[in-house]
Amino acid sequence: MDLKLKIWRQKNAAAKGKIVDYDISEVSSDMSFLEMLDVLNRELTEKGDEPVSFDHDCREGICGSCSLQINGRPHGPDGGTTTCQLHMRKFKNGDSIVIEPFRAKAFPIVKDLIIDRSAFDRVQHAGAFISVNTSGNTQDANSTPINKGNADHAFDAASCIGCGACVAACKNASAMLFVSAKVSQYALLPQGQVEREMRVTDMVSQMDEEGFGACTNTGACEAECPKGISITNIARMNREFIGSNLKS
Amino acid sequence: MKIGANFPAKTPEGPIEDKWTSYKNKIDLVNPANKRLIDIIVVGTGLAGGSAAASLAELGYNVKAFCFQDSPRRAHSIAAQGGINASKNYMGDGDSDYRLFYDTVKGGDYRAREENVYRLAEVSGNIIDQCVAQGVPFARDYGGLLDNRSFGGVLVSRTFYAKGQTGQQLLLGAYSAMNRQIARGKIKMYNRHEMMDLVIVDGKARGIIAKNLITGELQRYSAHAVVIASGGYGNVFYLSTNAMGSNVSAAWKIHRKGAWFANPCFTQIHPTCIPVSGDHQSKLTLMSESLRNDGRIWVPAKEKDVKAIRSGTLKPTAIAEADRDYFLERRYPAFGNLVPRDVASRAAKERCDAGFGVNATGEAVYLDFAAAVIRYGKEKALVTHQDANNEALVLELGREIIATKYGNLFQMYEKIVDENPYETPMMIYPAVHYTMGGVWVDYDLMTTIPGCYAIGEANFSEHGANRLGASALMQGLADGYFVLPYTIGNYLAKDIRTGAIPVDTPEFAAAEKGVQEQLERFINNKGSKPVDYFHKKLGKIMWDKVGMSRNGKDLKEAVEEIQAIRDEFYKEVKVPGNLEGFNEELAKAGRVADFLELGELFAKDALNREESCGGHFREEHQTPEGEAKRDKAFQYVAAWEHNGAPKDANLHKEMLDYKYIEVKERSYK
Repeated sequence: MDLKLKIWRQKNAAAKGKIVDYDISEVSSDMSFLEMLDVLNRELTEKGDEPVSFDHDCREGICGSCSLQINGRPHGPDGGTTTCQLHMRKFKNGDSIVIEPFRAKAFPIVKDLIIDRSAFDRVQHAGAFISVNTSGNTQDANSTPINKGNADHAFDAASCIGCGACVAACKNASAMLFVSAKVSQYALLPQGQVEREMRVTDMVSQMDEEGFGACTNTGACEAECPKGISITNIARMNREFIGSNLKS
Repeated sequence: MKIGANFPAKTPEGPIEDKWTSYKNKIDLVNPANKRLIDIIVVGTGLAGGSAAASLAELGYNVKAFCFQDSPRRAHSIAAQGGINASKNYMGDGDSDYRLFYDTVKGGDYRAREENVYRLAEVSGNIIDQCVAQGVPFARDYGGLLDNRSFGGVLVSRTFYAKGQTGQQLLLGAYSAMNRQIARGKIKMYNRHEMMDLVIVDGKARGIIAKNLITGELQRYSAHAVVIASGGYGNVFYLSTNAMGSNVSAAWKIHRKGAWFANPCFTQIHPTCIPVSGDHQSKLTLMSESLRNDGRIWVPAKEKDVKAIRSGTLKPTAIAEADRDYFLERRYPAFGNLVPRDVASRAAKERCDAGFGVNATGEAVYLDFAAAVIRYGKEKALVTHQDANNEALVLELGREIIATKYGNLFQMYEKIVDENPYETPMMIYPAVHYTMGGVWVDYDLMTTIPGCYAIGEANFSEHGANRLGASALMQGLADGYFVLPYTIGNYLAKDIRTGAIPVDTPEFAAAEKGVQEQLERFINNKGSKPVDYFHKKLGKIMWDKVGMSRNGKDLKEAVEEIQAIRDEFYKEVKVPGNLEGFNEELAKAGRVADFLELGELFAKDALNREESCGGHFREEHQTPEGEAKRDKAFQYVAAWEHNGAPKDANLHKEMLDYKYIEVKERSYK
């Protein structure tokens, strides 16, 4: 198929960016979206132009490196899918595709389609851990049985890949889904109880400091999350947060 | 030359069960006040690097950690699916440290160091305790206890898992331990920084030159020890299940500076990957080995059915049981579909080479869940007091169970192939997945460069010539959490009076200059072909001539062809952009330059190893049934010392002595 691509080009964080049009032909429907961009980049390189920069690594939907706002939707039109697993069979011959970086104040643009998501790391530094030393002297793994329901919910929350689609989808650029998934994972497990109150307070405070917006319960984050992280995690985090503040 | 006086493996004496404990008792300790005076660089933040960085920081060392990704959480350990082994014997099926040790040595076709493997088995249980304490949400049963499943090459269930995302959960556990130390200021994290070279001062590893991938700036970092945890080199094949950025460069740079590189030809071709769909393909996707617990592998038994399938006139589900060849069950009745990876891969290739491949390219076999769906569905119907003879109901219930076990894998398959694996069998084919070879290390995990360590997939490891499923995660975390943080004391205890290492020295300047010159060479080289052109060309030679089966003639040709591509690369490569700012093509050029050297050493190592063992199959050396034929004369680790070009590398042999396991023919029949 032949496609018209409209891609955000921006030389660096300080430069002004703009949409640039590219035509691409003979795209196979079996290609992934990023393989299509590889073809474009090869053509650009051969012509002596600079290729389009974008983040990617595992290309199997788990590392969370890839992003891209495709026709206005984080990770494109296919639900439950990262950009690297989006295939061109979801597009038609002659389609125009607008490709932009995830937009959020807390995710400044580095170059072209690459953004800086280190705000996510800093929120995790604030408390996304259990303070246990890696000494090997912990108690036996089976000494504390964990209710299967809780363990499964903790896993579902923990399967967040940290891509930032929730922030890009939200009109407030809120990071509540991301932060609440981590808070929930630990809140649901017995190991997380000791630091439970401090954790939610510290992580929420760092989240605000990074410039993420507030949550107004539109649910766009859940709808666009490639891993289907549920907004019940946000409800849980709100409860954790209020509970923690009432006690302090 | 043997691994001798200069670089002994330093394996301790005594009975195998006591070696690690008694060794640990004698390791030099560094007092807490002195640890604060010591810096350690860790390159790579996967399971090995992440867990090592966290543990070393916890002990009190100052850690500088580097990753080329935008966050340590994105290292490719994240993509490991199936599970992690541990000899907990929670299932009560007779497992023990010894059995895990035995299975690993046998699975590796008797090409691993006994002492290291036993230590690995010994600490495996600790890893599970540690991860649970960190809040890793492993799968549990309804009683709230941890669940296990079985993996290839063993007869017990010792694999802990978190759906098909075990690597993700373990890596996020290590990342959380790192986060705690980053918050305390004990780990200084350098994201989007790539190690470009090792700096050696007075014969010791004392720092690295790193490139800030955003600004393009070269930077000097010093430390008292350097730990390489940069993963494997599967991307030398261009197409592999590795991430796009996975590379050999950190390991290769230290090799060029004196670290021996061991067994490069021991590479794992994983049997269950999604087949190649076309020339545009950038990477291959693994379907976890855990699927072989419930999936049965087959091809049509009749050639006419193969033709009909390829032309689209026959559906696989329409082929009668009697007309299917479940070739693993046929050839290996004892282990069936759960034979080790090397055996399963070769068997699939054998059928496809014989003309029974089931897709257009003839390079695919079926992985079929129909029998498991019915088995689970019937059981569920009985347990829930429903009609177990109602076929539609049984199918529905069975598919639900399969979805809870492998849902994310089935979804991934459907996205890539556009077929529903609940209804039609998956198509799979072997692909490059893991590299058992790597930097040679002693019992302390130190390379032949004093103060330079290699851990995880980057070292030549405990997996011998073939790694068993769910053992990579175990080894990465064992090295990082429980081995290196102790053994490094032996070296650092002598360094407490050294003080901070300055970076404004001739050694750092010379290393930086070398890096700068290579980068300028790429940018100023006004060639005509992009980096990927050379990478693909290299990958094709590696796959065709140094892949699943090898022979002397092809290997000799491969050595020459790779040399020729390398020459062409330096003449014709075209790298756009400039030295400043983010330039992915420039980063790729450096990595492919190293792959072009490693590829040659890889072929040379395969040529030298005149036997078949594990993942290394030489056509000249096979039994009449087509199985791998080992040779006692090659019961050694081949450690290569850099000496200019790969063709001139010197071979050192570490002879392997088996005192606790009888070396037998490896049979899974």
